[in-house]
Amino acid sequence: MRISLVSSLAVVAALTAQSAQAETLRLLTWGGYAPEEVIAMFEAETGHTVEVTTSNNEEMIAKLRATSGGGFDLAQPSQDRIASAQEEFGIYKPIDMSRVNADLFIPSMLSATASNTTYDGEVYGVPHVWGTSGLVVNTAMAGDVTDYADLCDASVSGKVSYRLKRPTLIGFAYSMGLDPFAAYSDTAAYQDILDQVEAKLTECKPNVKTYWDGGDEIKNLLRSGEVVASMAWDTGGWQLNADNPDITFVAPEAGALGWIDTFVLPARGRADDAAYDWINFVMQPEIAAMITNTAGNFTAAVDGDAGVSADLKARYQGSFDQAAIDNIKWYPPVPAGLEALEGATLDRINAAN
Amino acid sequence: MVSDTSRLGFYLLLAPILLWLVLLIILPHVGLFVVSISEKIGPREYETGFDNYAAFFTEPLYWRTFARTAIMSILATALTLILGFPIAYYIAKLTRGRTKTTLFLMCMIPFWVSELVRTFGWMILLRETGVFSNVLQYLGVVSGPVEMLYNDAAIMVGLVYTSILFMVVPLVTTLDSLDDSLIEAGYDLGGTSTSILREIVIPHAMPGIVSGCIVVFMLSLGNYLTPILLGGKDSLWFTGMIYTQFITRFNWELGSAFGFLLLALSSFVVFLGLKLSGQSLSETMGRS
Amino acid sequence: MLRGDLLTVPQPDLVCQDLTKDFDSFRAVDHVSFDVPQGSFFSILGPSGCGKTTLLRMIAGFQSPTGGDLRIKGKSMIGVPPNKRPVSMVFQHLALFPTMNIGDNVGFGLRQRGVAKAEIKTRVGEVLERVGLPGVSARRVDQLSGGQKQRVAIARCMVLEPDVLLLDEPLGALDLKLREHMKVEMKSLQAAFNTTFVYITHDQSEALVMSDNIAVMNNGRFEQIGTPHEVYHAPSTAFVAGFVGEANKVTAKVSAMRGQHVKLISDAGTEMIVDTPQTGLDVGTWAEVFLRPEIIALGPANDDEGMNVQLGTVESVLFNGANSTVTVKDKTGSLMNVALPQTGAFANLRKGDAVVTHWDPRHARCYPVGS
Repeated sequence: MRISLVSSLAVVAALTAQSAQAETLRLLTWGGYAPEEVIAMFEAETGHTVEVTTSNNEEMIAKLRATSGGGFDLAQPSQDRIASAQEEFGIYKPIDMSRVNADLFIPSMLSATASNTTYDGEVYGVPHVWGTSGLVVNTAMAGDVTDYADLCDASVSGKVSYRLKRPTLIGFAYSMGLDPFAAYSDTAAYQDILDQVEAKLTECKPNVKTYWDGGDEIKNLLRSGEVVASMAWDTGGWQLNADNPDITFVAPEAGALGWIDTFVLPARGRADDAAYDWINFVMQPEIAAMITNTAGNFTAAVDGDAGVSADLKARYQGSFDQAAIDNIKWYPPVPAGLEALEGATLDRINAAN
Repeated sequence: MVSDTSRLGFYLLLAPILLWLVLLIILPHVGLFVVSISEKIGPREYETGFDNYAAFFTEPLYWRTFARTAIMSILATALTLILGFPIAYYIAKLTRGRTKTTLFLMCMIPFWVSELVRTFGWMILLRETGVFSNVLQYLGVVSGPVEMLYNDAAIMVGLVYTSILFMVVPLVTTLDSLDDSLIEAGYDLGGTSTSILREIVIPHAMPGIVSGCIVVFMLSLGNYLTPILLGGKDSLWFTGMIYTQFITRFNWELGSAFGFLLLALSSFVVFLGLKLSGQSLSETMGRS
Repeated sequence: MLRGDLLTVPQPDLVCQDLTKDFDSFRAVDHVSFDVPQGSFFSILGPSGCGKTTLLRMIAGFQSPTGGDLRIKGKSMIGVPPNKRPVSMVFQHLALFPTMNIGDNVGFGLRQRGVAKAEIKTRVGEVLERVGLPGVSARRVDQLSGGQKQRVAIARCMVLEPDVLLLDEPLGALDLKLREHMKVEMKSLQAAFNTTFVYITHDQSEALVMSDNIAVMNNGRFEQIGTPHEVYHAPSTAFVAGFVGEANKVTAKVSAMRGQHVKLISDAGTEMIVDTPQTGLDVGTWAEVFLRPEIIALGPANDDEGMNVQLGTVESVLFNGANSTVTVKDKTGSLMNVALPQTGAFANLRKGDAVVTHWDPRHARCYPVGS
């Protein structure tokens, strides 16, 4: 029944594509979000061509800022970084929700993202891939590490790694019983939280082997056993689990930090038709499952988990029980200017001896 | 008439250099400077002023990192010179023909792969579960794994390795031009190896030494990957700081100010080096 | 000074005994033996590639001999590094240090010996005065002329008061006029310092003008050692006769012999009579006859006095002041260079004029081919 629905959708998509002009879609995204086979299928079906540039949140914004929102037709920053970037730099254009097939999206995620990415009454983002960051632990060697603050325990001294970035500040704040997201709008309260976290992380510094920077770096450190516990993304933990069953992603007691990567239209994008076609194409359940299988993270597509490999599902379920899912702390939009406070805190931690 | 056409030819020849200079060097710097003197007072609201430069001097982290970067770069330059000079002398003076070409090529081979790959190579060698650590354990020198990565010494190794070619090449060129008979004359007149090195070889190689040092110093100062990947928790590097300001903090204003300060620092150190060694920039760059 | 006197000097400054140097399969210096008495000017003359540079570098210590011994003032120098030998060398291109001024160049050796600064200054000043360049200490090397550099190079060595000064064709880079001047100057400097000079050159005129003794070197061997006069007038081999000075060379076959009188017939069929003490000649063997242009006399076409008379025509006149020559073609078509008498006779000789040439059999030199 569903298969026929999908195929008829595909036919509809193909028909709409033929009526429109074939375009080149310049996609600014994360590694794994646009697999080769998906691109091939999309190009065959719509006649558009796709050029992919992989990046991360900060570089996406920096790139778009440098060109005032030009050079790309579709970008995929996380939802919490959209409204503030729009306020500061005006690098996006609003989404025309009538052109997005809302039926393909899990309604709660679509509406949550819409409200989080609203600036000046306009919606700027629709959800695509979501995931969490928490702890990746070698359970055989550091089974006691169940929360962010456990990384500072003497038992894992010298074998711990995390990034010197804002998720670390927020994770540690929750672990210390604070609520940083609630303090987002109150600069003074947030600064107070940051000061406490700064003291904790400075004290924790001797425990850290190195502050990791890239995904491959932390995976190497964990794989070699040089690091036994770290803060990292869930997918990294699950990838390592495939090679070494001892290593896996652990949802911290204080709650994993949940993020949603979105679709946004850069302000000076030239291929909006192709961009909407791509959004509607990749949110189909089969395609969404293909992306989940390569990226390792689940999507906001309805029934998108149906076609996901059993292994990945098992790992996901191993890391998250229902309580852990309910405990995920979803990033709210970052108010403009908050990064400056965090930056100063991170600098001081970095400089501390 | 003739002078008109020759003048036209002169300008045509000059045009690419001028374009390159104006479009790729002067304009970006002017832009950078304009950004560096704008202060953010609210979303999309800026004011002109020197607060970004003031921030550099009032925040100890910034100028300490700045000083640290400069001192480490000078140290790396000195180490590269000490290591590169014997290599260059050997290539220029003690080998001939094919051996010379082969040795020169061997110096260059590491540069056929990207800096990233080279740095990863060092990480494989130096890490706790890496080659050196395992060899030392196998030989019984140490009892457990040793971590040689993530400290300033690792940065130093990486910087020297990355820049040694740029020291060796100008040194080989200048040492090649040193007439062997000058060295023989030195011995003939009763000189020892040390006094000949000090009084004849080094003064002759001075332009090469200075230009090699300038290039290596600039490369070290502007290096980003090596300090980030090989350095440890406290190993801050000024270029990393600029990157952070531009990319993760979205603070282009402060980042631009830092960029200008880095430019000023490198110019100042090069100027100081030229003054101390008694060389002029044009002579140094012209000779090698 | 005659050769016999050399052996009576009690201790020569420099003695080489069976000195040999092999490079891989090539023998550059082949059992060379000679000695140089104190205070004399000794030249080693030979074409390029004859091994003279290798020989000099062995004396200086830059190359170690494969065999033989080398003694300076009685002490063997084998295994002594160049900076420990009591010799100094003036290099072909002088090798003045361009990064130092003249004073520092000349004072270099004294600095190496640890002489006090003030003393270096006085001694450098003195030696520069002796070479005729007072007060140039502060100048840069490139501010001096070729001849001045030459003298600085010598001063830089002489300030160390070496037992032997080695000179490696130092005049080669100078222009002709300056070279002529420096020959005289070099000789007088040597006399003034009274130091033993060992000078190598491929220019026979330099060797003849300056030397007390000349060794003519070829293929790694010494062909002859003697005074300039001996080497010029009594060459002991065909190579020396051909290399030192100008000479007409004629290849001829011995047709008759009576004591020292040898009768030969040249390739072209010209008959000649030569007086020679040379052994190794016999009727029917081939010989090389060397005739210097100045031993050949010219006469009017009807003159048939003297020996070895030939009638010929003037092929060309090469006017060169005192060294003017004419080329005469005899009836067999062979050419002969003849010096024009400096008396002014035959000044009006023109191409095509008929003349007679004749020469004294005692003035020709004759060597068996392949000797």
